[in-house]
Amino acid sequence: MDKTKKRRSEGLEVDRRGALECMIWAGTGVLWALSGGVPKSVGLLGEALAAEASGFTFLQISDSHIGFNKPANPDALGTLREAIAKVKAVKSKPAFMIHTGDITHLSKPDEFDSAAQLIGESGLNVHYVPGEHDFIDEGLGKLYLERYGKGTKGQGWYSFDDHGVHFIGLNNVVDLKAGGLGRLGSDQLAWLADDLKGKANSTPIVVFAHIPLWTVYADWGWGTDDGLQALDMLKRFGSVTVLNGHIHQIVQKVEGNMTFHTARSTAFPQPAPGTAPAPGPMTVPAEQLRSMLGITSVDVRFGNKPLAVTDTTLAG
Amino acid sequence: MQDNKDDSILWKAYPRVRCSRQLCATACDGSFDPPVLTMKAGTTVTWVNNDDIPHLVSEKDGKFRSSALDTGDKFSQTFSTAGTVEYFCAIHPHMTGKIVVEP
Repeated sequence: MDKTKKRRSEGLEVDRRGALECMIWAGTGVLWALSGGVPKSVGLLGEALAAEASGFTFLQISDSHIGFNKPANPDALGTLREAIAKVKAVKSKPAFMIHTGDITHLSKPDEFDSAAQLIGESGLNVHYVPGEHDFIDEGLGKLYLERYGKGTKGQGWYSFDDHGVHFIGLNNVVDLKAGGLGRLGSDQLAWLADDLKGKANSTPIVVFAHIPLWTVYADWGWGTDDGLQALDMLKRFGSVTVLNGHIHQIVQKVEGNMTFHTARSTAFPQPAPGTAPAPGPMTVPAEQLRSMLGITSVDVRFGNKPLAVTDTTLAG
Repeated sequence: MQDNKDDSILWKAYPRVRCSRQLCATACDGSFDPPVLTMKAGTTVTWVNNDDIPHLVSEKDGKFRSSALDTGDKFSQTFSTAGTVEYFCAIHPHMTGKIVVEP
């Protein structure tokens, strides 16, 4: 069929065009240490992780899209299972895991069930924030909030402290506006201001939300309209780490004391910004898929040492 | 099919919910196709999701709203009053479209 041929050839064209970018993030994983605000690669994952890990690490997984079954990855549950196997294999047991949203593809109860059962096998406590795909049931987030909203504020935002680090989980996928990007809304911003009140500037902060809080690529909706208002509130802190998902690839940026990092998906890759007509699942050769999916480990060091963010692929 | 009972709008004039990344021509910009649809009052519009990710059609202020539409799913709405209707995808809000309803 003509259409099939066309689809294939265009898919390959995108692959070639994106090949160089892919090489940046496809690999066994790199341990990033931040020194004076500048990210510095200190070695490949594996030996480095074992050598560097301190007593307190946590993991990030993202965009598992349970229910997705298109050619880009007909088995999103299978690749999540592989990711959880990687999690279980981490030598020094992480304190907990965060999931930065798009747990499900269509907010269906059985998708939530499958994801929860599989992620539960990690044996770790998991802190979730929702993606837009988790808020599209008839109740517009009712199913997500019934499952993960207990003890949270508003539409599922919350904070907690662990090992002296203040963690903040935000929801920027609710009540989105026509023509806009992700959105936190005034209620959540007011809560955040209150939550940070009285926190010493020396408190390390980790903020996590689904859609990047900074603008990665506005044309594709990869940013948060009022994200800057949240980031402004965080500027006074000496160490801020912002962890997001949504774009299914690693993008990192350092600005002052803030480090921004987006995680890979466990389900399917998306094209690099501007390298395709639109965002969406990117079909790559089957043998390449697992090098573009993965999990993220964050090693919290104490004293002056900043956080080290380590990404590992499912192929690694 | 139920869709054949819809008035006036030809299949080819149905707004697609974002053209598929793989199938779109070079002019494709990841938006509703067509972005502006002009039609007579009383016409039923059907959105068809030809994309490989879900979309959700919502009037700008939520006056009408589809459920989440997966690939191949359809959503129909009849417009009986003249005027301009602005809508967007509530999952990907940068996707917007307009329907101009003529008397």
